[in-house]
Amino acid sequence: MKEGYEVIYKRPAALTGKRMHYCPGCFHSTIHKMLMEVVQEMDVQDKTIGICPVGCSVFAYDYLDVDMQQAAHGRAAAVATAVKRMLPDRFVFSYQGDGDLAAIGTAETIHACNRGENFTFIFINNGIYGMTGGQMAPTTLDGQKTTTSPYGRDTSKVGMPLKMCEIVSQFEKVAYVERITCNTPANSRKAKRALKKAFEYQQQGLGTTFIEVASNCPSGWKCTPEESLDWLKDKVFPYYPLGVFKEPGKPAK
Amino acid sequence: MGETKLMKGNEALAEAAIRAGMQGYFGYPITPQSEVIEYLALEEPKHNYVLLQAESEVAAINMVYGAAAAGSRVMTTTSSPGFSLMQEGLSYIACAELPCVTVNVCRGGPGLGTIQPSQGDYFQAVRGGGHGDYQLIVLAPNSVQEMVDHTVLGFELADKYRTPAMLLSDGAIGQMMEKVDLPDPIPYKPDKPWATTGKTPDRERNIITSLYIKSEVMEKVNDRLQAKYQKITDNEVRFEEYHLDDAEVVVMAYGLSSRICKKVVDLARESGIKMGLLRPITLWPFPEKKVAELASLDRVKFFFSVEMSVGQMVQDIRLAAEGKKPIYFYGRKGGIVPTPDEVLEFARKKIEEN
Repeated sequence: MKEGYEVIYKRPAALTGKRMHYCPGCFHSTIHKMLMEVVQEMDVQDKTIGICPVGCSVFAYDYLDVDMQQAAHGRAAAVATAVKRMLPDRFVFSYQGDGDLAAIGTAETIHACNRGENFTFIFINNGIYGMTGGQMAPTTLDGQKTTTSPYGRDTSKVGMPLKMCEIVSQFEKVAYVERITCNTPANSRKAKRALKKAFEYQQQGLGTTFIEVASNCPSGWKCTPEESLDWLKDKVFPYYPLGVFKEPGKPAK
Repeated sequence: MGETKLMKGNEALAEAAIRAGMQGYFGYPITPQSEVIEYLALEEPKHNYVLLQAESEVAAINMVYGAAAAGSRVMTTTSSPGFSLMQEGLSYIACAELPCVTVNVCRGGPGLGTIQPSQGDYFQAVRGGGHGDYQLIVLAPNSVQEMVDHTVLGFELADKYRTPAMLLSDGAIGQMMEKVDLPDPIPYKPDKPWATTGKTPDRERNIITSLYIKSEVMEKVNDRLQAKYQKITDNEVRFEEYHLDDAEVVVMAYGLSSRICKKVVDLARESGIKMGLLRPITLWPFPEKKVAELASLDRVKFFFSVEMSVGQMVQDIRLAAEGKKPIYFYGRKGGIVPTPDEVLEFARKKIEEN
């Protein structure tokens, strides 16, 4: 360190330092970093086990310096359920995309939430299948164009985009539900607070904690990273409002 | 020294799993094996295993994945349609090299089929069953006693080779009651440094995965798996011989069919036919060397396979015999168990033809 300089920002030690494969502007890297900051601040790196199923973040284990399991598409909630039940004093999180959590894995998601499994869902909802090349997701917005909805999502044919926070907050044994984003520094700070709260509630054994990230996908949305932030603000947040849906000790929204 | 009881096959299997130190069970009810989870649910307060009725067989096998990856001795049981649903998960488990025991108490198919006993899932069991090049160690119990013995053995082999083991049983073995010797509880100390239990400062992080996106790496993973399967093939073949010493006709059968065929051998010998039984206990690895050895003997006229299917194991016998002897097949379908008389009648016809 040069004399007269002070470190005010650095990579958390719980990230491996491997260069990430995520596209420019994608929120995955931001969420990875904040998640590992939380792990470090809570001093639980040696107790944390992450589950990353199929999707862009299937390689999360390259970056997160904690024990990790890669799971089959959609099955992270079942895998995480078993890990937490076998090792109840560990911190367990699943890190899932929208196709994973809200399409192929809906049953596992719903039942883990209904049982109040004491792990943290981190649900990256970018409204598109990023890894497979931009196909329609269960959370693709009405009219949004993707490679499998080239004329825009036709909700008369495929139904409405699923609102997972709104759904899972109905379950009695789900403790904490919040939808966050990282489109501005202020929102990123809120997002990190939410991730930390989720881990704290998990530590207290209060039940399922569910954090949805209203995320972006500049590559899949075929726009610049900057334009993706506008899309979030103009299109995504009006349909997927940010904020707390359920929290211990607070009235349900 | 253990305990002797009169027990149903499915319940004996559950009790054996408890005594083998099973730490986690994840399953979904399906006839004819629901007694396993019911028994474990009743016994749960006396023990400290984790028991969870999953929302589906798909979830159950993925719970097995998670629990095994977390270092636990873990099991699931199901019957044919449920076992089909588990195939994707088993492929992941095999590639991630996770030890576990799975049980298929087979019923008649295809489709929803029947709840009566069948051996129609042989191919699914011994050919991997899911996608990709992998194998399960497949044990085929033919009695309630072997439901116990093979459960214990299944856990041991799974841990020894870091690979999934399975019992291919059937609805009759699962439902019948027999006298059974139960072992004393086996002290089980997991030694799984690869498990994801939390990265302590003294080690690198552990990663359990079946994803190797680079072809060169994926090929090496396959080489490693195949080397392991070869080792299992070299060391773990198990079979039973019954009157093979002077046999001129060799009948092959496993599981429930093998009990019928023992009777067939007795009846045949009473009427002067020199028949012997070769019963594979491990369906994979298959006792192919033993088949080849018998096929090379001048005195052996032919083989025939008796299965409660349209003929699946018979193909493995043909492969092993390499055309040296005729290989015939007799089977019943749809959950019907062949009688000794009809099998003997079939054998007599083949003797006349040869």
